[in-house]
Amino acid sequence: MIELFKQPNIDWMGKAKYFYALSGLLLLAGIVSIVSQGGIRYGLDFKGGTNVDVRFAQPPNIDRLRSGLAAQGLGNSEIQSISDIANPNANEVVISLEQKGQGDQALDVSKTQIINALNTIYGASNGSKPDFNAATPTSLAAFLTQRDPLLLSTNAGDRYSQLAKKILDYRDRNKNGVLTNFDDLSNVNGVTPAVQSAVKDNFTLGAFAIRNVEIVGPKVGAELRRQAILVTLYALAGMLVYIAFRFEWVYGAAAVLAVFHDVLITIGFLSLFRFEISLTVIAAMLTLVGYSMNDTIVIFDRIRENNRLLRRESFADVVNKSINQTLSRTLLTSGLTFLTVLVLFLMGGQVLRAFSFALVVGIVVGTYSSFGIAAPMVVAWNRWRGQGLATSTGSAAGSKTRTSSGASGRLAPAGRR
Amino acid sequence: MNPNLKWKALFIVAVILFCIYVLIGTPKFPTSVQDIKDNFSHQIKLGLDLQGGTHLILQVQVQEAIAQETDQTVDRLIGQLRAKDIHYDEIRRVDDTHILVRNIDPAQLSTFRDIVTAQYSNVWDMSAAPGDPSAYLLTLRAAAVAQIQDQTMQQSLETIERRINALGLTEPTIQLHGRKDNEILVQLPGEGDPTRAKAVIQAGGQLELKLVEDQSSYSSESDALAKHGGVLPPNTELVPGNSERRAASGTPETGESWYLLSRAPVVTGRDLRSATENRNTNNPGQFEVNFTLSGDAAKRFGPFTEQNKGRQMAIVLEHRVYSAPVINGRIDDSGMIEGNFSQESAHDLALVLRAGALPASIKYLEERTVGPSLGADSIRHGVQASVLSLLVVMIFMLFYYRLSGANAVLALILNLIILLAVLALAGAVLTLPGIAGVILTIGMGVDSNVLVFERIREELRNGKSAASAVESGFAKAFLTIIDTHVTTVVSAFFLFLFGTGPIRGFAITLTIGLIANVFTAIYVSKTIFQYHLSKMDRQGQLSI
Repeated sequence: MIELFKQPNIDWMGKAKYFYALSGLLLLAGIVSIVSQGGIRYGLDFKGGTNVDVRFAQPPNIDRLRSGLAAQGLGNSEIQSISDIANPNANEVVISLEQKGQGDQALDVSKTQIINALNTIYGASNGSKPDFNAATPTSLAAFLTQRDPLLLSTNAGDRYSQLAKKILDYRDRNKNGVLTNFDDLSNVNGVTPAVQSAVKDNFTLGAFAIRNVEIVGPKVGAELRRQAILVTLYALAGMLVYIAFRFEWVYGAAAVLAVFHDVLITIGFLSLFRFEISLTVIAAMLTLVGYSMNDTIVIFDRIRENNRLLRRESFADVVNKSINQTLSRTLLTSGLTFLTVLVLFLMGGQVLRAFSFALVVGIVVGTYSSFGIAAPMVVAWNRWRGQGLATSTGSAAGSKTRTSSGASGRLAPAGRR
Repeated sequence: MNPNLKWKALFIVAVILFCIYVLIGTPKFPTSVQDIKDNFSHQIKLGLDLQGGTHLILQVQVQEAIAQETDQTVDRLIGQLRAKDIHYDEIRRVDDTHILVRNIDPAQLSTFRDIVTAQYSNVWDMSAAPGDPSAYLLTLRAAAVAQIQDQTMQQSLETIERRINALGLTEPTIQLHGRKDNEILVQLPGEGDPTRAKAVIQAGGQLELKLVEDQSSYSSESDALAKHGGVLPPNTELVPGNSERRAASGTPETGESWYLLSRAPVVTGRDLRSATENRNTNNPGQFEVNFTLSGDAAKRFGPFTEQNKGRQMAIVLEHRVYSAPVINGRIDDSGMIEGNFSQESAHDLALVLRAGALPASIKYLEERTVGPSLGADSIRHGVQASVLSLLVVMIFMLFYYRLSGANAVLALILNLIILLAVLALAGAVLTLPGIAGVILTIGMGVDSNVLVFERIREELRNGKSAASAVESGFAKAFLTIIDTHVTTVVSAFFLFLFGTGPIRGFAITLTIGLIANVFTAIYVSKTIFQYHLSKMDRQGQLSI
């Protein structure tokens, strides 16, 4: 049997004040970071605006891009380079613009401006030939059907749409959306020299391709923000009720407070590392709420069970013992889940970057808060109650069957610590 | 083997076979590896973020339809009062849902009341206007407002559906979005450039044929008014020519033109039987849209053109005069719209005319386009990350728990198979947050196994036999597992109920995964342990 610990015997509750101090420090760091950045950085989903994700054939010159955008009256746009470990030279940037006017202005006015600016900078559409890197399956299929380079007599439409799909799949999957040389098309199954030259003669190769466009109106942003906060609060309330029902209300309150602490610290870390809060980050937040709750419940479950068995020991000792007994499970599960989200963070691609970062932080903080925050709070409550109500009629966790004298007798020693 | 165990094993095998069949055995019975791949990609539908495409949220301006209803009521009321020769000072729309009627001749008040009670009281409430004893206020009832709202949304949805379907895109989704705010969600998988689809959706498509009252057009609105002494003749209106539209398409037309038209249309878009785009016979580089009228409209149109021979007839689209040809003779059922159209724009206009007009204008609230290359990237990264994390977890479990680890690995794989099969059966789409939900399911699955195994180890340490350690290990971990899963499902339930888009996809996969996990990590895993125990002798050691 391989074991992480033989018989851990750590006095967790004795270290509660260090845990509180650590949490206070982390919370403070997050608050300082948020305040110094002028508030929480909301993503497009919550503040509204336009994001255009562009991939270039060559590494883009950011200064030239910036001055070109400024020349089109888009001086307030932000340019952010995208690269990740799997793809360090992605030649990709996100150009974002906050929604200026609203009301009757067309929603996509900023998008059109950005694309016009890019066309001006890179001199796209020289001549009247369409850009191959902007071709869609429909447009390419229509072109091929019209030209008929394979001289098909039957089913030409279907066969050319399949061919068009294959060609563009090659462009998008193998060439990341930007073809730089028409000769590469010969690698596509079904492309004959006739097809290749037809495409080559009638298309140009633009210097960039639009990979992603997101436009969110300002009204939607405000609505989504409101919704996200409500969803989180409802979910927390739902959990509070369930735990209060299964254990006791003080356990529910402690668990929810601990989870709240996790969310705040994670938001602080997101701010420290300049991540924006988007809809997917909210999904991550809710995941870590569930995860941290999971961890806390495992420990609470053990406390409930031990409370019945170990009547002679103080409540703090029972809690210590419970944490120690579940320690190897806690570390195993957290370690494995941490590894999982770490892989996601490193390899999940740009879209999942902020999501997985929130989980990486959240799992560490969530695991810590179960024994560092939630459990000490329950102990503190019991101690306070034990002292404040000398003839307590309350009962400890899960001990509803026990007599009240037994409960207070057992709680009193907790105060001695 | 004891018979109870045999039934359990049979049940598990049946569930697994069914899930595998759902994933790769249908719709076409597989005879090759390619078939299996095709079946799988048919069953597991990818969301827009993974396959690329366009996602639009638009808002129907329902209050326009409500205001229109109020306007029409004002017109009808005026007509009826005139017919009965009832005198009044003023009847006007106050706002979208209120009409003010001022100073009805007291002698005719009861006749007026009778008309309102008989014809309007099911939709309108009449009360004394506040602060004006001689006036009445008609208020559109809330139920009527709700009904107009529903009708407008339904009609908009159907119209947009017809228009989008006519574009011939693959598997578009058009549905009501959210629970309020009159929003419609349009998803166009694989569509990387939504410009054309957006133009087709947004086109109002209101076609009207109206008689031109003054033979010459005017160069400005004020010119036209000056000609008539500042007041337009009754039942006429001034409508601009389509210079703006021409300017937008590249050939600017110098100056504006305004036409004085009779207010009531002879024919509207509803009277169309068909509309098609054709090459302009005089100018082959340009296109025009030809239309034919339905039987009823043709019966009206024939005599009308007969009567008005030699006068101009304006073809008005979206409150702009496209052309105002002279009526040369009787026309029964056909006409055309000339403009500076390309083939595509003529085709789209014909399509919009065929599909019918929108009952109210629309506004875009959200537009997201995921390019196919980004979708391919995301799916590659998502799958790589899932497979790698699954491998890491499996290797660790095998290393740490030995033979019992194999049990856990099996439970994990089964969990994934069931999760994917249920997704396929429910017709849910797999999105990127969905993949994240899958990864979290893996995490929770491992947690359940670890909880059970650590309990079994504790029991073994306390000197129990293998069989009773397994029994009490599962029993003790069971409550904990139920508590943790129910808590997470409770939060996922709220995410599903109140969240949208990515959050919902995440909640669905997580919930299915967790339920599947209770089955695999407890029921299946325990059955395997029991089978293993039944094969070994009483003093045997458990490999854990």
